[in-house]
Amino acid sequence: MGRYVVRRLLWTVLVVLIVTLLTFIIFYVMPPGNPAVRFAGKQPTPELIAEVEHNLGLDRSLPEQYGLFVKRLFLGDGDECPVGISGCGWPGLGVSYDSRTAVREEMINRTPRTLALIVGAATIWLIMGVSIGVVSALKRRTIWDRLAMGFALFGISAPVFWLGLVALYVFSKTLQIEALGTGYVEFSSNPWGWFTHLLLPWFVLALLYAAFYARMTRGNLIDVMGEDYIRTARAKGLSERTVVLKHGLRASLTPIVTIFGLDIALLVGGAVITETVFNIQGLGNYTVQAAQGADLPAVTGVVVIAAFAVAFMNLLVDVAYAYLDPRVRYS
Amino acid sequence: MSVHELGEPLLEVRDLKVHFPTPDGLVKAVDGLSFDVRRGETFGIVGESGSGKSVTCLTALGLITRSNAELGGEVLFKGRDLLAMSGEELQKIRGKELAMIFQDPFACLHPMYRVGDQLVEAVRVHDPVSKQVARERVVELLSAVGIPRPRERFRDYPHQYSGGMRQRAMIAMALLHNPDVLIADEPTTALDVTVQAQILELIDRIKTEFRIGVILITHDLGVIADVAQTVMVMYAGRSMERAGVVDLFGKPLHPYTWGLLESIPTVVQKGTRLMPIEGAPPSLISVPPGCPFHPRCPHRFSPCDSERPDFKDRGGGHPEACHLSVEDKRRLWSERESRRTQVAV
Repeated sequence: MGRYVVRRLLWTVLVVLIVTLLTFIIFYVMPPGNPAVRFAGKQPTPELIAEVEHNLGLDRSLPEQYGLFVKRLFLGDGDECPVGISGCGWPGLGVSYDSRTAVREEMINRTPRTLALIVGAATIWLIMGVSIGVVSALKRRTIWDRLAMGFALFGISAPVFWLGLVALYVFSKTLQIEALGTGYVEFSSNPWGWFTHLLLPWFVLALLYAAFYARMTRGNLIDVMGEDYIRTARAKGLSERTVVLKHGLRASLTPIVTIFGLDIALLVGGAVITETVFNIQGLGNYTVQAAQGADLPAVTGVVVIAAFAVAFMNLLVDVAYAYLDPRVRYS
Repeated sequence: MSVHELGEPLLEVRDLKVHFPTPDGLVKAVDGLSFDVRRGETFGIVGESGSGKSVTCLTALGLITRSNAELGGEVLFKGRDLLAMSGEELQKIRGKELAMIFQDPFACLHPMYRVGDQLVEAVRVHDPVSKQVARERVVELLSAVGIPRPRERFRDYPHQYSGGMRQRAMIAMALLHNPDVLIADEPTTALDVTVQAQILELIDRIKTEFRIGVILITHDLGVIADVAQTVMVMYAGRSMERAGVVDLFGKPLHPYTWGLLESIPTVVQKGTRLMPIEGAPPSLISVPPGCPFHPRCPHRFSPCDSERPDFKDRGGGHPEACHLSVEDKRRLWSERESRRTQVAV
């Protein structure tokens, strides 16, 4: 198992490299126009453009630029930080064209916000989705099942931006609960404020996923409850509660773990709407700004983080799967 | 007959009816079934798929309840009616006094728990002993049912066991609490022939050693001939014939049983023609009136399609449900037997 994990980690590095190469090609090679022109002021002289190109490293050949990018990514760019810019180091992600700040520093500031959002929302949607799914599977075709599946339909259909705005309108504007307002409060400065300001975003983001997970749990559990080993569990004389919660859930949650890992990974850099509606300056927010402004180092920075998150969560899911289902063993 | 050697009746089924309401109509899976299982007896139930064998046993185990079926009659287990018991009362009996093993040992053990842990769980449901004590009992039983190196195999997952070993583990699980009745629902159908014989031998040995009553459900008459003392032939949720194993194979009285016997391939009478029963079993939603077998019966006559024959003993401790007289049946069976061997020559 240990060897397997190490090998997979090395693969993860390779995946991240390939993703950065594709990003590099998409953002540096394909778009028309010269980024240096934007930095050279309103009436750029050719000499000025050439100087900016030199400063940004754009006068080098493309393979050389990519090589430099990879070298900084792995070795850090602390000793190459341009004058007047702080926050360079490992991993070196360059300097944003737009804000003239080190991308690395932005990542360090923004990643915890996005992670706080994702982890809280994921906890909520997992608990909510699975418990609703279980109730609905066990009370199939009763009013509880209908209510739960009605909720699921609502959750899947309601767009996050609408839900977010409605939540803000109700709690923040109408009920005037200031603690539930927008923005992000640093945990270190005010833990309670951090918590309350994240509550609405957590629930709004969680609702969509909770609905999916409820339907998935319901379907899986209904299938599993028809399995022969559930009949065996009953024949042993176990209570229905143990049969469902120990034998039934165990088997039906295994596939959910896979989806859960990937859902979390995709939200790193992907929780754009929630971050925007609730004004959380996280990674998703940054991605959109960077893409709109053709801020190439910023875009590549987010892509590196997101690619790493996806690859790493994949590994985690595979390891968890082997742990949960003994029939799966990697070597 | 060896009935006098057998002990007291453990399970008495009286006029059992199990009907499932479905959108297409009422499925009469079991319709008026009566039989007794005694201590020290292996009671075989034979019949085609869908004849109600498994439903009977699942009902006896309380796994089919009034919430999913319409139940009638009674199932007396040591004098108490299982059909009248609450869910909690049944839970206390299930897996303890009344145990069951199933057809497909590949699917019957939970794939994600260790075999040993699943058995330990089964011990501790009914007996609040420590894990160590439970573990010892499990290892002992695994060894008793013939699992080699039980202490190591205890830690294995079901997929690391062969089919025969899984069925042995299931049997061990069923025996943990010294049950009075063991219901075995097609326990050997999914296994290799050599393993089949070992499992049947194991069940037979257990029956003798523990002096329990065994219900053995199968569609394989060869299995029945090996281990059962009494055999009941089921068709369309009813019993057609019940007799001691020697009588059933030597002097069968019901045309359906004849059909079943004639469709077994034998090596001893090489060249004997196989004669399948024409037609297919009826839909349990619209069972034919009268005798349910009459549309497929070559000997049917006037009352067969209108009057349901009583299931009763017409002498000789060999009850059956057929309108033909016993003399006619003896004659018809010997004719069929001689015809069958003539075909072979």
